Amino acid sequence: MSEARKEIMGRIREALKTPSPKPHLKGESSKVAGKAWLPEVGETQAETYTLLSDNLAKLKAHFHPVENLDQAISLVKDLAQKKNWKNIAYHKNELVTPVALAIDGNAWAVEDSFSKDELEAADVGMTSCVSIVAQFGAILVSSETSGGRGLSILPPVHVVIAKADQVVPDLAACFEQINVQFKGKMPSMLSFITGPSRTGDIERILVLGAHGPKELYLILVR
Amino acid sequence: MRVSLFIPCFVDQLTPQVGLAAAKVLKKLGQEVEFNSSQTCCGQPSYNSGQWEIAKEGAIRSLEVFKDAEVVVGPSGSCVAMMKKFYPELLHGTKYEAEAKRLSQRTFEFSDFIVSQLKITDIGATLNKKVTYHDGCHALRELRLKEEPRKLLRAVKGLELIETEESESCCGFGGLFSVKFPMISTAMVQVKAGALARTGADYVVSSDPSCLLQIGGWLSREGKVIRPLHIAELLAMGIDHA
Amino acid sequence: MPDSKSIFIKESTLTTADGDQRQFIRTALGGYYKNRDLYQARYRNWELARDAASLAKWSAVNNLADVLEKFVSKFESNGGKVHWARDAAEARQIILDLLAKANAKAVIKSKCMTTEEIHLNDALEKAGYGVVESDLGEFIQQLRGEAPYHFVFPCMHLKREAISDLFTKHLGTAATDSPEELTMIARRHLRKLYITADVGITGANFLVADTGQISITENEGNARLTAAMPRVHIALSGIEKVINTIDDLAVLLPMLATAGAGQPMTCYNTLYAGPKKPGERDGPEEFHLVLLDNARTQLLADPEQRDALHCIRCGACLNVCPIFKNIGGHAYGTTYQGPIGSVITPHLRGLKDWNHLSGASSLCGACTDACPVRIDLHHHLLQNRRNAAKVVPNLFDRVFHGTFNFVIQRPALFSLGGKVFRKTFGLLKHLPVPYLGTWLKSRDLPAIPQKSFREVWKDSKNV
Repeated sequence: MSEARKEIMGRIREALKTPSPKPHLKGESSKVAGKAWLPEVGETQAETYTLLSDNLAKLKAHFHPVENLDQAISLVKDLAQKKNWKNIAYHKNELVTPVALAIDGNAWAVEDSFSKDELEAADVGMTSCVSIVAQFGAILVSSETSGGRGLSILPPVHVVIAKADQVVPDLAACFEQINVQFKGKMPSMLSFITGPSRTGDIERILVLGAHGPKELYLILVR
Repeated sequence: MRVSLFIPCFVDQLTPQVGLAAAKVLKKLGQEVEFNSSQTCCGQPSYNSGQWEIAKEGAIRSLEVFKDAEVVVGPSGSCVAMMKKFYPELLHGTKYEAEAKRLSQRTFEFSDFIVSQLKITDIGATLNKKVTYHDGCHALRELRLKEEPRKLLRAVKGLELIETEESESCCGFGGLFSVKFPMISTAMVQVKAGALARTGADYVVSSDPSCLLQIGGWLSREGKVIRPLHIAELLAMGIDHA
Repeated sequence: MPDSKSIFIKESTLTTADGDQRQFIRTALGGYYKNRDLYQARYRNWELARDAASLAKWSAVNNLADVLEKFVSKFESNGGKVHWARDAAEARQIILDLLAKANAKAVIKSKCMTTEEIHLNDALEKAGYGVVESDLGEFIQQLRGEAPYHFVFPCMHLKREAISDLFTKHLGTAATDSPEELTMIARRHLRKLYITADVGITGANFLVADTGQISITENEGNARLTAAMPRVHIALSGIEKVINTIDDLAVLLPMLATAGAGQPMTCYNTLYAGPKKPGERDGPEEFHLVLLDNARTQLLADPEQRDALHCIRCGACLNVCPIFKNIGGHAYGTTYQGPIGSVITPHLRGLKDWNHLSGASSLCGACTDACPVRIDLHHHLLQNRRNAAKVVPNLFDRVFHGTFNFVIQRPALFSLGGKVFRKTFGLLKHLPVPYLGTWLKSRDLPAIPQKSFREVWKDSKNV
């Protein structure tokens, strides 16, 4: 053990010999155990879905619910044509691959070749996701299952293809799921993406596309 | 009830009309009002300056002054907060702690006493004036009083109460802060009193005479029309006009 | 070398005199207040949420030894390496050694106040490394050669024209009054730097003990890029940033966003568990975490003020503080501004030199009400004053308060003193009476009454 570590841990133990009173709480401690004070997530699945849709709209993320994968494919193909998306970086996934390959342009998978410069030149990064949190409109991606770290952050447009059953009502439920799905084997990165990149640094005025993607699309397949 | 008046030191010497108005209103509400003239100051200036050993002496003396009082009522959020909230903390671990807690339980700010103890909101007052309210920080955040003075004001016939976004902003007095860091104190009262003046109200009302000293001092220097008025003074005026 | 208190007085005298700038700050904050209230109202019970957040941090900090060791063990089993720094100098040296070992040429940084605290950039530049701040606000401040104004919004004091001029001067770009265009200029400039940097340095908002992850909160995506593109990722964090479990983030992440920026959730909240895992496409090959003490254990040893270590650096207390709003962030002269800065700086940098920050407050308490983790901020300022009175000699205060107490212990003397004051006020106001002259510089006093309350009461027996 390093000298510094020994010393710091020693100082900590010494410091904590005197206990500190628990903080003044407003509520009764029994109520604090649940998570019932956080924002509403709706009683029914329909309400949760509406909440998700509203949140994504407020965040200026583009939300496209579709009935099946074919619809997803044609929707994205149209979008690509309209927006002139030519260079599509994606990762191999049962939802993502067919969508990426259907676009009239150059789609390449990060599994096949990868360089930072190539990724920088991409118009679009297309990924799947781990789950979607309705409570905030947050999309959870992982470095293990969403094509790495850069794919969902470097290209100026991020397109997410997901299934409707990936929607979870709230953050607490999402963390529970993470604990189950990745127990003992966390991906090196898990990231909640809540809307396109933004900043309020200049006069506290909101601007989109600071460093991360300026546009975010969620295609949700029923 | 036999109400023992707690008259802050600067009210006694600089703004006695606040104390006299409070006494008048309490008498109108049927209370027996007494004033123990051995009181002087609650010790807050020393407390806020960190001179707690000296402040303790002031606190212990106050316990002695009010030991036979049935209930203590003061027309000042900050001074009442000192006695009600900070005396038990200041005297924690000393032989005076229990007594400080007992005094705390029977000490009240003026508007709080009328509304929550006497359970009266309409004292039968009339005043055809426009007023805006300043929430003194001690009353608002230490004593958690917000609605009490407003309930009294809303019941005054003919009175128009104008709220501002700045009603809860600190006036910048903070006791000796106002003269230890005067440039900051003045900047704060500029923002606060400027907003109050822009309401077009006749008076700015508060339950804290120290805040009114600060706000009124700036308004006067700047030649503003709006005048400071303690809530006790307003209610006393309203009784006369009824 | 003038002491920090004189600098503080000088700076705040200048900034409080700038009415336009103070109005600009108030306008900028107006939007924040609206959004904060809007999103706070969405909570079913904001006060209970504060309770939960407060308890989460209390239980981590008050079990710091065990929680920190658990975190470190998990972190290292995820493939990262932990380094321990007792003070700023040690932390700087550790990072310099890591850069040397990595053969680094270019370094990119995301926003980290802890790196400001240890004056890292200075040390890196002196050692010949090019360091670029990637957060827009920090990037702007770096170009200006100025410290951050607010630890969440580093350049909120600047009007867009000043930023446009800055970019024209340093980047050769055309003038513009559009915040969007200015942001795009920074975005374009920084793109290639992410790709060419060898080392990315970030901070950490939370250290998650049960999973061994660090959590980073941001809006721009620059921290995500800083931790994705370079070969080596170095994170610096104070030891107090621990939380017990990942589940605590369900309450802490949204509250950090709402209290700090008036948002429901910030744009990117990312958990890092280690360097690139086998099978992952990209990511750093090395992941280092530098844990910093730098007098935090001293604050930890004060059971009365230990809760100041619960701070999640949201900045809410700054946003509501009338002192901060009127004197501005730079006047504090130290890394952490506002109420939290005024509480902890005397502990971290010395009571003698910094207790004036705790004195420069009216103790209004708006900060304590705003704090999502219920730190008793304004009472801590008062406690610092009490501590200072015991160890920092202040003859004037002792004499002043000693005299005042002497008088108030004697009602006859108090009454006489008051009478003398009132009768001689006309003369007194022209003499150098302590405090009186200061008051009268910008404020009047009410008309001096003939009789005091006690005199009237005595005269009339009954009103």
